[in-house]
Amino acid sequence: MLKTFPKGGIHPPENKLTSSKKIKRLPVPKVVYVPIAQHIGIPAEIIVDRKDKVEIGQVIAKSGGFVSSNIHSPVAGTVTKLDMVIDSSGYKKQCIVIRTDVKNESNFQDIEYPLKKEISLEPIEILKRISDFGIVGLGGATFPSHVKLNVKEGIKIDCLIINGVECEPYLTADHRLMLEKAEEIIVGIKILMSALHVNKAVIGIENNKRDAVELFKHLTANEKEIQVAALQVKYPQGGEKQLIRAILKREVPKNGLPLDVGVIVHNVGTIFAIYQAIQHNQPLIERVVTVTGKKLGDPSNFWVKIGTPINDLIEEVGGMPEGTRKIVNGGPMMGKAIKNTDVPVTKGTSGILIINEDEASRGEAKNCIRCGECVDVCPMGLEPHLLMNLTEKGMYEKAGQEDIMTCIECGSCSYVCPSHRPLLDYIRFGKNITKKLASSKN
Amino acid sequence: MNESILNSVLLLVSLGAVTALVLYVVSKKFYVYEDPLIAEVEGLLPAANCAGCGSPGCKSFAEKLVTTDDISNLFCPVGGNEVMKMVAEVLGKEVAEKDPTVAVVRCQGSCEVRPKTTEYQGPKSCAISSMIYSGETDCQYGCLGDGDCVTACKFDAMFMDETTGLPVVITDKCTSCGMCVEACPRDIIEMRPKNKRDLKVFVGCLNEEKGGIAKKACAVACIGCSKCEEVCPKDAITMVNNLAYIDPEYCTLCRKCVPVCPTHSIIETNFPPPKVKKVEADKVGEVTSVNLVKDA
Amino acid sequence: MDSPQIVISASPHVHSDRTSKRIMYDVVIALIPAFLVSLYVFGYNALIATSVAIFSCLLFEYLIQKYLMKTEVTITDGSALLTGILLAFNIPAGLPIWMIIVGSLVAIGIAKLSFGGLGFNVFNPALVGRVFLLVCFPVQMTLWPTAVENNTSLADAVSGATTLGIIKDGLQFGETMTEISAKIPSSVNMLLGITGGSIGEMSALALILGGLYLIIRKVISWHIPVMILVTIGLMTGIFWFIDPEHYANPIIHLLSGGAILGAFYMATDLVTSPMTKKGMVIFAIGIGAITVVIRLFGAYPEGISFAILIMNAFVPLINNYFKPRRFGSKIKAKIT
Repeated sequence: MLKTFPKGGIHPPENKLTSSKKIKRLPVPKVVYVPIAQHIGIPAEIIVDRKDKVEIGQVIAKSGGFVSSNIHSPVAGTVTKLDMVIDSSGYKKQCIVIRTDVKNESNFQDIEYPLKKEISLEPIEILKRISDFGIVGLGGATFPSHVKLNVKEGIKIDCLIINGVECEPYLTADHRLMLEKAEEIIVGIKILMSALHVNKAVIGIENNKRDAVELFKHLTANEKEIQVAALQVKYPQGGEKQLIRAILKREVPKNGLPLDVGVIVHNVGTIFAIYQAIQHNQPLIERVVTVTGKKLGDPSNFWVKIGTPINDLIEEVGGMPEGTRKIVNGGPMMGKAIKNTDVPVTKGTSGILIINEDEASRGEAKNCIRCGECVDVCPMGLEPHLLMNLTEKGMYEKAGQEDIMTCIECGSCSYVCPSHRPLLDYIRFGKNITKKLASSKN
Repeated sequence: MNESILNSVLLLVSLGAVTALVLYVVSKKFYVYEDPLIAEVEGLLPAANCAGCGSPGCKSFAEKLVTTDDISNLFCPVGGNEVMKMVAEVLGKEVAEKDPTVAVVRCQGSCEVRPKTTEYQGPKSCAISSMIYSGETDCQYGCLGDGDCVTACKFDAMFMDETTGLPVVITDKCTSCGMCVEACPRDIIEMRPKNKRDLKVFVGCLNEEKGGIAKKACAVACIGCSKCEEVCPKDAITMVNNLAYIDPEYCTLCRKCVPVCPTHSIIETNFPPPKVKKVEADKVGEVTSVNLVKDA
Repeated sequence: MDSPQIVISASPHVHSDRTSKRIMYDVVIALIPAFLVSLYVFGYNALIATSVAIFSCLLFEYLIQKYLMKTEVTITDGSALLTGILLAFNIPAGLPIWMIIVGSLVAIGIAKLSFGGLGFNVFNPALVGRVFLLVCFPVQMTLWPTAVENNTSLADAVSGATTLGIIKDGLQFGETMTEISAKIPSSVNMLLGITGGSIGEMSALALILGGLYLIIRKVISWHIPVMILVTIGLMTGIFWFIDPEHYANPIIHLLSGGAILGAFYMATDLVTSPMTKKGMVIFAIGIGAITVVIRLFGAYPEGISFAILIMNAFVPLINNYFKPRRFGSKIKAKIT
């Protein structure tokens, strides 16, 4: 029996169209739009000005606090303006617009570094560099990595979990990265283990990526400290709490953190970014993005510079197909629908999904038939139908008592609801209000 | 036979007696003294329980009025000065006097002048749709059109105009309780002085975007040209972030700013018609005047 | 913009193909075998009763929603159709047509729409209709027709009363189970449907077949039907074990009197059953226990309809007390 988390979860059609497509390098865009709020927390502070010349990898916006991150220029070029551009939040946000210098060769150099295994940095230096080089969680939540790694004294970490689950349908960015950069990822894991003084690491991979499971098992055959866990295919296994439960059978306490059970979880993409930063001095300026959709000419995986307009990606796979009704930044379960293709790729963009008209529209919401399916699939043991009702009626306090804040917004409830009720829409709204009420009380 | 009738009568009588006794004891024992003034003040209040005063209902507002020494910062927007005067008489305290206000919708972005570029699917609530993105149009400051303000209004003083997709305030019914102001996630609704004959001049736009972008998203957007600011004799108009605002405190309703606005984004209500400018006005102007008629 | 606009909605952007409509029609499909059996046993009477119930349920739903409630008409969602079928399955085949129509009106008008329509009803509409008829017209509702004439071989078996009715009457007259057992159909006959009873409760086998289909299609979970039947079996088993001469054996109880119809189709009604598995088990045990108490000690020979309605009333309470275990709730968060 493969490992998995016990309560809830769904199995949507996988549609991993691009799992056999090698990651290609997207041509360097002419202009990049680098938002200053690419991570959870405080937006970075812009430290360049109009007409400034910037080098590739140069810091262009400085971390605005502890829960924040540096932002580096993905290209060498000139800052043309500081503008407001719609990003995936649907609102206009501050962006640094950089025109690529076509004469500067550093833009077009091959960034494929040779594998480097020896770790020469001290733990303190490693953590400092992760913070300086703008590494954030690349799984989608974009939580600044140095905050996660900042373990206070007295807390014992005994296991590092590497999240290679990629439970979202359609997306294959992590899968391809694991296949193509397996050895680098293993070095990355060792870097983190030495930085955290942990001597156990587990790589969790869902069993629909057999090739990746086999590859890692093969590569870690002689490494006692690194294990590979093949997991049953179930959404949302990529959720931190579900993954820890599946692999270690430990349950992160309500309102607690993985640290509370002695675990730190990092995405494989993040591990690779850490490897690049520590071994090759490369800040986080590019990432793997899956561009996919059933009607696309040639869905593929790409190495993409942060700040590249999504339009460039779509052009690369054969242009926007006829009848496109929805563009999703991320996977179909948790991604955000975006307004237009000028939205730039950010550190959190793991995929672009193009949905055509037959699948874009939501079903009409009908009465709740109280089938209890949402209760069944909720991986957090919540009652989504109840939370929606309470939020709809404005009973936020009661919703808080029913643990609305522990919702991980995986969308399983909305996915299964036979009456097409917008459960998650209301729960998310309820969470927002509850958060506001809580902060106004303090 | 007789016995059974007697029995049941006796049983019921004794049951009644016991219950009456219990009720009497309980009402004596758990009697809570309440200042009779509270009931009197509550009687004066409009009993709308709208929470426009900040208290959850009229009863609790009455308690607050009676128990607080200085009530000059408490005001019932629904009852207005009249009610507050009566309250002052009863309580013998000083009350504030406020000019009557009325809600105004500071957005004219009807479907015609502000084209929709996307389609929103989800719960019909401004609060929820604003959480997901900036709205169906390209203007991220204007009305979302899902009618949270109409739902919030307890006096039936608002409705959604189906042709424009914008909310309309029925000024006569508006009690200026402020619930719509609170409900709007975009702060589009503002309480402005009612003035004489409900004359108002205000900027019907909140777009802080630069002129070109604002105009592209909405034909009647304030483009921040400052023409109104220049023409205003009382310096009542200020420009902040490419957006004009008319301060009602200084505005004398001279209406000099209205004709100079190139995008017709300044709204005047209830002024005597007609004006030469209006006849010449293009489509945009017509839409505005339709709004005005409904507003009146 | 001429091309259709880009749609924006909150995640998730995909949806499973399970819809309310599909669930309703799955139940209808599951009921087909049982219907065929009753068609075979009762002939046209079954067809007429079922069609009348379906038609009047749909009609009442349409009329009430359109003219009384002035809301959207939802007769195509399959729920009224299902109520009609289930109502028909719970009445004797020869019931006068006007009574069926009255039953439909009660089921749709009172039990369903007056609560607010699909999803808001507390009690199972078809059962409310059935119990209303049973209480108002006890004679007609317990007049079980004999099999149609061309099926002469069955005429002996279908004796004009239900198995449970015969047992109850027999026991009241002081007969022992050994004497009674000669009068009732054999277990095999009850399994196949050669017995007396309502339209739908004829063949236990056909009903179980449909029930299994529902479980495989994940329309219902196994908890409610299995736990009801286990409870009935266990409780009647205990009594039978103590005194086999005065209590019928559990197999008779399980195969007769709509226990299976109730367990698989009536109690599992999504709207009126609890949400969580734990709650479902409690609900099912309650139904089983009340059924047995009514059957053995009550005035009616059959009690599962009443039992389900009684437990329906407890569903909100059960939902409130048997909540799913919240993730991470067993440990307290360390405050760091």
